[in-house]
Amino acid sequence: MSLLEVKNLKVRVEDNEILHGLTLTVNPGEVHAIMGPNGSGKSTLSHVIAGKPGYEVTDGEILFKGEDLLEMSPDERAAKGVFLAFQYPVEIPGVATMTFLRTALNAQRKARGESEYSTPDFLKKVREVAKSLNIPQDMLRRGVNVGFSGGEKKRNEILQMALFEPAVCILDEMDSGLDIDALRVAADGVNALRSPDRAMVVITHYQRLLNYIVPDFVHVMSKGRVVKSGGKDLALELEASGYAQFEDAA
Amino acid sequence: MPAVQETVERVKRIDVDQYRYGFETLIESDKAPKGLSEDTVRFISAKKNEPAWMLEWRLEAYRRWLTMTEPTWARVNYPRIDYQDLYYYSAPKPKKQIGSLDEIDPEILKTYEKLGIPLREVEVLEGVVRPEGERKIAVDAVFDSVSVATTFQKELKAAGVIFMPISEAIREHPELVKKYLGTVVPTSDNYFATLNSAVFSDGSFVYVPPGVRCPMELSTYFRINERNTGQFERTLIIADKGSYVSYLEGCTAPQRDENQLHAAVVELVTLDDAEIKYSTVQNWYPGNSEGVGGIYNFVTKRGDCRGNNSKISWTQVETGSAITWKYPSCILRGDNSRGEFYSIAISNGHQQVDSGTKMIHLGKNTTSRIIAKGIAAGVSQNTYRGLVTAHRKATGARNFTACDSLLIGDKCGAHTVPYVEAKNSSALFEHEATTSKISEDVLFYCVQRGLSQEEAVGLVVNGFVKDVLQQLPMEFAVEAQKLISISLEGSVG
Repeated sequence: MSLLEVKNLKVRVEDNEILHGLTLTVNPGEVHAIMGPNGSGKSTLSHVIAGKPGYEVTDGEILFKGEDLLEMSPDERAAKGVFLAFQYPVEIPGVATMTFLRTALNAQRKARGESEYSTPDFLKKVREVAKSLNIPQDMLRRGVNVGFSGGEKKRNEILQMALFEPAVCILDEMDSGLDIDALRVAADGVNALRSPDRAMVVITHYQRLLNYIVPDFVHVMSKGRVVKSGGKDLALELEASGYAQFEDAA
Repeated sequence: MPAVQETVERVKRIDVDQYRYGFETLIESDKAPKGLSEDTVRFISAKKNEPAWMLEWRLEAYRRWLTMTEPTWARVNYPRIDYQDLYYYSAPKPKKQIGSLDEIDPEILKTYEKLGIPLREVEVLEGVVRPEGERKIAVDAVFDSVSVATTFQKELKAAGVIFMPISEAIREHPELVKKYLGTVVPTSDNYFATLNSAVFSDGSFVYVPPGVRCPMELSTYFRINERNTGQFERTLIIADKGSYVSYLEGCTAPQRDENQLHAAVVELVTLDDAEIKYSTVQNWYPGNSEGVGGIYNFVTKRGDCRGNNSKISWTQVETGSAITWKYPSCILRGDNSRGEFYSIAISNGHQQVDSGTKMIHLGKNTTSRIIAKGIAAGVSQNTYRGLVTAHRKATGARNFTACDSLLIGDKCGAHTVPYVEAKNSSALFEHEATTSKISEDVLFYCVQRGLSQEEAVGLVVNGFVKDVLQQLPMEFAVEAQKLISISLEGSVG
């Protein structure tokens, strides 16, 4: 069974249809890159998969491990293993990162009927993961993303990804606002999480990111549809020739 | 288990119309006849076996009250209160003189059990770090109008601390009561304080002798039980030179259809180098989802930093009551004295809150700090009203004020009404105010990570009020954190 199946998805925001029948199939262990110009609907796709309010699905379906994802609330989707790494992670003043991580992880575990982590076990786990991502302890004591640099915010997203161990990770413009060193650290973190059971959907404008996170498949989106799919070489081709050729195709 | 999750568990068990503390205790009570007159005042005074001077004091207040009119400047609306339609005194009928906890009506003890009040011995949360070794809490429980039990008397006595119902203090320590009662909030102060002076039934009295650091947190729980009873408690706390005391007041009242009037007066006095920390957690019945019922909480709280280098700190978590009208204030009389006000005021449903503080700088180099966090949800109105003033002679006065409001939903209101008056040029006052809404993006971020909508709001709000929660004694901070989430139940979705 496929992990994530998006079938003929049509989505509106108010009176505008953003996705006009998008289809995408993702199997465990695969890394898919979704590329496309601004306004092609890449972020809309990620938001609809995660369940952000404000989008109306008028047709099509999204199946996750064969279950109807659109019937689930966003927190249920998270507990089932859908993770969205945000392009712009929000700040939550006064809530220590450590508290946030623990509350979220235990909420997910509880929803799945698993036992909650004890404090020592949790701390051990967080410290391990944080160390591997080069995240200092004092960052975990600060408010969620408050005063974090762009790179720190993205590393915090990857930290959560590593902690929650989701089945599918959607990375929305992970490279935006990162310099080349920060990008490398973030990409290494993502690569460390690649596994035969886990799939990733990497949304990006630029081929650059895909030098670090090498995809199995590349899809080009334009005007709310996937207009071309191929292997990793498609990204290089795009880098050379640009998106313009696909604007016409759509 | 993190507090947030525990909160959610609790929230699941209640809904707006099932107030957690909405049970009624069936005990026979001893009431004054309905209505207010000189006879009512005499009845109350007689019930308390008060000396003649106390009765005179009350009567004088009552006569003055007759000449006063109810204030209308607060941003709250309520139907006219018929003061002749209330009972002014209600006491559980004791079978005999109470000597120990075992003799208390088991029904009353059960009520406290439901409230989770540690009547018997120390109750400290597990896993809480206790920096000063074993922390103890002494409880003086006020059931309607009479203090029914006072614990830890022995240990307090050894330290020389007096902690007893004020009715007893009037009989046993008349010199102290006479010296301080009404000196911070005079009987003529305001409509509700004057009413309280005439008919107060009980409350707590604390005296900490010079140089003594009170060996435990003192705590009082107020609970309004009797139908149509005004609760008029009167609290007087005196910290003599170089002493320290921390006092916590927690309030709950059962569910009622009629609105109940609560007009308390709290007076604090600190002499040279003394400090009082006064914390309140108030979660009285706020009325139901239609805005029917709930407590009218019209309270006058004031502290007088009478001595040099003295300090008074108010911390309040206000989540209950249909209407709150409350301005815990500090008179900074002694040189170098300091006043603090930390407040969390939450309004949901049809609640109306008009609360804040007054910092009155009279002495030299006096400092004050105000951190007020208002959270409005539902169709509630939440007003911060504050006054910071420096007298001509209060050279070097300093104040810092930060008022932050958080709105949940689009049918509630948050208002800030700060008054600032500096009568000398060396005073330095800073005021910051913000108003924000819980953003959809923040909520979505949280639910994407597995939190429910309720948990997400609870988490964000607890972050918003963190600076103030930190001011509460640890064991109460945890309880307050839960209370905040419960109060906001049903505010989103």
